Amino acid sequence: MTWGSNMAQQFQHIVCDPDKCVGCDDCAMACSATKHKVFDPALSRIRNVRIEPIVAFSVACRACSEAPCVLACPRNALTQNLETGMIVVDNDLCDGCGWCIEACEFGAILLNPETKRVEICDLCADLGEPQCIKFCQKNALYLGVPETVAQKTRREVVTKLLQELSN
Amino acid sequence: MHSYSGRILHIDVSSRKSHVQNVSEEFLKKYIGGVSLATKLVYDNTPKGADPLGPDNALCFAISAFAGTIVPVGSKHAVAAKSPLTGFIGDCLASSYFSAAIRRAGYDGIVIKGKSDKPIWIFIDDDKVSFNDAADLWGMETFPTEEAIRAKFGDERVRVTTIGPGGEKLVRFANLTNDRGRQAGRTGLGAVMGSKLVKAVAIRGTKPITVADIDKLCEMSHQLGEVAQGTKTEKYRILGTPSNVLSMNRLGVLPTRNYQEGVFEDAEKISGEYMHEHYTEKAVACSGCPIACEQIAHVKEGEYAGARTSVDYESLFALGPNCGMDSMAGIIAAIARCDALGIDTMSTGVTISWAMECFQRGILTKEDFGGLEPTWGNHQAVVKLVDMIGKREGIGDLLAEGTKRAAAKVGKGSEHFAMNVKGLEAAGYDLRGMQTFALGAAVGTRGPCHNRSLAYESDAKGTVDRMKGGPERGPLAKEAEEFAAVFDTMMLCKFIRNCFKDVWTEIPQLYTYASGIAMTPDDLKLAVERACNLKKAFNIREGWQKSDDWLAPRWLEDPVPSGATKGVVVKPEELRVMIDSYYHARGWTPEGLIPRQKLIALGLEDIADDVGV
Repeated sequence: MTWGSNMAQQFQHIVCDPDKCVGCDDCAMACSATKHKVFDPALSRIRNVRIEPIVAFSVACRACSEAPCVLACPRNALTQNLETGMIVVDNDLCDGCGWCIEACEFGAILLNPETKRVEICDLCADLGEPQCIKFCQKNALYLGVPETVAQKTRREVVTKLLQELSN
Repeated sequence: MHSYSGRILHIDVSSRKSHVQNVSEEFLKKYIGGVSLATKLVYDNTPKGADPLGPDNALCFAISAFAGTIVPVGSKHAVAAKSPLTGFIGDCLASSYFSAAIRRAGYDGIVIKGKSDKPIWIFIDDDKVSFNDAADLWGMETFPTEEAIRAKFGDERVRVTTIGPGGEKLVRFANLTNDRGRQAGRTGLGAVMGSKLVKAVAIRGTKPITVADIDKLCEMSHQLGEVAQGTKTEKYRILGTPSNVLSMNRLGVLPTRNYQEGVFEDAEKISGEYMHEHYTEKAVACSGCPIACEQIAHVKEGEYAGARTSVDYESLFALGPNCGMDSMAGIIAAIARCDALGIDTMSTGVTISWAMECFQRGILTKEDFGGLEPTWGNHQAVVKLVDMIGKREGIGDLLAEGTKRAAAKVGKGSEHFAMNVKGLEAAGYDLRGMQTFALGAAVGTRGPCHNRSLAYESDAKGTVDRMKGGPERGPLAKEAEEFAAVFDTMMLCKFIRNCFKDVWTEIPQLYTYASGIAMTPDDLKLAVERACNLKKAFNIREGWQKSDDWLAPRWLEDPVPSGATKGVVVKPEELRVMIDSYYHARGWTPEGLIPRQKLIALGLEDIADDVGV
């Protein structure tokens, strides 16, 4: 889904709200269970990072426009769906060289050690709903584009202001 | 085999060798995991009469079928050994990523024996075990140790459990810390690891975890996770366990000034509500937990500025009202110091409160404290004493022995208020106003523990008269132990316990979806009864006497001076009746021993000759 027509294209992707994320890792569990029928964060296309106990955040493909991963692939194995922004991997062309992984500014691409192919979030298009979002009991994950995230942030700031004023 | 590995890793740090013991599905179904499996490993690998701080004591880790899966609150591991504090079974639980690392490395349990000739840390890299020089880590606090080891790899799959200076110095209530702030906290297992000169155990597991029916397991886990966002866990999610402060105060069972009183006049200043408003930054979760109870408190100004740690009720009571402390910042600082030094907040707090009462009564003087004056509520003194215990400096060396040994050494009547059972310091519920739990505390195999006996629930809910004992309490205490054992063997956090409609059918169902092993409610009931008996059997083998199931004199002789429980004591004759009824409910002899036939009926025929009568 795109946001407006007269601005740079913004594609929907998984957004994590760090204030709501508690670091449970269930997003990664749900992803690896959905895509590989196992539990293994290393096989998940969304990864939760926890540095301090208090700082937790999940990262998945951000569907950049003019995605650096696509540009980096020496074999043209990656293409971007111009409608959804999702990166599609051609498993016949991909040889797991990892250039796209290094090009990704968010660390959102996974190299499957068994198949030697890269994997990228596809928003569980075939299931109707990203399973990480379904399993995120804290509603820390949602689908958004930068502009919707900004809108949400603005609303939260103003709501907080309103609460403070009414106290 | 699904969700189990069928493998126990044995590590001998004396010879620096390791081997794998294969175990059958039948064995795993019998012991399930967690506390039960860990106790079995201790029973089999620690010879009778072993010195808890000697090379023969086996330090055992065990996980269960849910570790590293999507099952809510299922990523936990147990650690057990013969306790240096009690001389009996010491069994602990801790949560978060470490359990999944054990599973992904391909083990159900790990047994560590022997003693290294110099400080080392162990690295379990899937199938490979290496022994690494820990000279650069020895003396380091817990969190920096974990970070230093992880930094050597730059691989987030590496998970670490470590001791702090407390474990190195053999503080008898030193603990093990994993994942930046989760502790296998009680009974001194950190000292056991320290006695082996093992600073840390790091694990990298790379194997994906398979389960028998992943779709059904995910579906049931998702439903449970949704229920866990509702009223059944509200207490834990919003204020966390510190919400207990005001509830316990109202009930007159908030241990105050070393259990001299059950009401703290300044409870409002150190309550969960107060902490939430002034100090809590965020509630976070262990890995695999949709509840997120962990209240991270941060002191931003004043003399303790910078202190930041997760605060639970038990730490808060022990270092708070129990030491007369009305300084929330001081309490947070004291807890943070315990965590950094790797010592149990509960035993530390209750031991310091014992020392403070000795000071109150002139049994210990300012000179004994090296110039400190630990009057009630003196937070500078309390924080300083925490440090002295963790480093065994000055009077800290005496206090690092725990209340039982310290009181035996100091004498002068201080045994009267050494608030332990079997040597383990008590939990944050005054037993005089919670007499079903008084029974649970007296007979508890690891000591007076609110995690192994949920007997306080009948007291708190008012289904019994909590101010007195009676013969109906034996069966209640047995049930309360076995209910707790469901969670402690399956390895689920008890904070989800009210989210099930029927624990006895739903948990076996989850277990079967994970492991593929059929389990009926009756199988589970038998398994948890077996687990409780196995712990008791270990204690009997290690010299348990009937007199060990008893309470410190204060609870029996000193009436509570004020509040809702004013005038109440645990009457010795009522305690005796309760204990007798408990032994009877368990099918034990009036002397509290386990009949051979009982052991055989529980499938424990292999130990019937050791301990059965």
